[in-house]
Amino acid sequence: MGEKESEGGSAEPLLIERVLAGEKDFFHDLIRPYERGAFLLAYSILRNQDDAEEIVQQAMVKIFSHLAELTERDKFKQWAMRVIENEAKMYRRKRRQHLYEPIDQDSSEVFEERPFYPRQFADWRDLPNEAVEQKEVREAIATALGGLPDIYREIFVLRDMQHLDVAETAAVLGIGQSAVKTRLHRARLMLREALAPVFAKPKVSIWERWKGINPWLAAKR
Amino acid sequence: MVSCKTIIANLSEYLNGDATPEMRQKIERHLRSCRRCSAVYDSTRKMLVITGDERIFDIPVGFSERLHKFLDATLSKT
Repeated sequence: MGEKESEGGSAEPLLIERVLAGEKDFFHDLIRPYERGAFLLAYSILRNQDDAEEIVQQAMVKIFSHLAELTERDKFKQWAMRVIENEAKMYRRKRRQHLYEPIDQDSSEVFEERPFYPRQFADWRDLPNEAVEQKEVREAIATALGGLPDIYREIFVLRDMQHLDVAETAAVLGIGQSAVKTRLHRARLMLREALAPVFAKPKVSIWERWKGINPWLAAKR
Repeated sequence: MVSCKTIIANLSEYLNGDATPEMRQKIERHLRSCRRCSAVYDSTRKMLVITGDERIFDIPVGFSERLHKFLDATLSKT
């Protein structure tokens, strides 16, 4: 079963129809599969949990009131994410004006997509499934993600964390598909670079390695 | 042999399963003999498994309940 079906994709046009017909309660079912992703996207832009939560709430109301404008009803997810994205960015702009935060190059093309070449080549230790529950791993990912420039963080969140496809991501961000591909590639390499020191296998000294293969020392242990 | 630069440049496509059969073959041949590129490939793959798992990210406790309560209160007014 495809990911979209597991998110209730095929039932969505029907749900939308019922909401538009006045059965408001179905709106809850419509958005439930996406609320987590919506928070993640808003948080990746605003970097503050309270702000992200507030924006998701407001954006969901907007999604509800503009639902009739969605002509391609099988594209609810990308349309909804676009609303979340816009709301979050608008809020960030306002917050910056208020706080005199420096404006960085969010969705602009200021970042040249020059090739990024890795510098860290150490092997990583194994990261079993349960690693996602470890505080150290979660913090490392959050910090590394936070360190990415906005345009790369957004792409990474949409493609590799929310599993939107290239076309959906392009539609959410209002950029071309080739830009999605080049930015995602760069985002992955940059993130990998930032995480390498955390996840690299610990170095074993020559002495330790020698002890390991020396039968006499091994027997003494 | 294809250069490491070419391999790295095509790594994302390869990881997505979108590389052409020809490129895929080149990459796989290269990875077997190049320790550096295979380390980059392997670590990127490990990273994507972790970041693609939705448990990696904490959603505030009660987020969903508050959202639906808010919607109930707001939508009833519209």
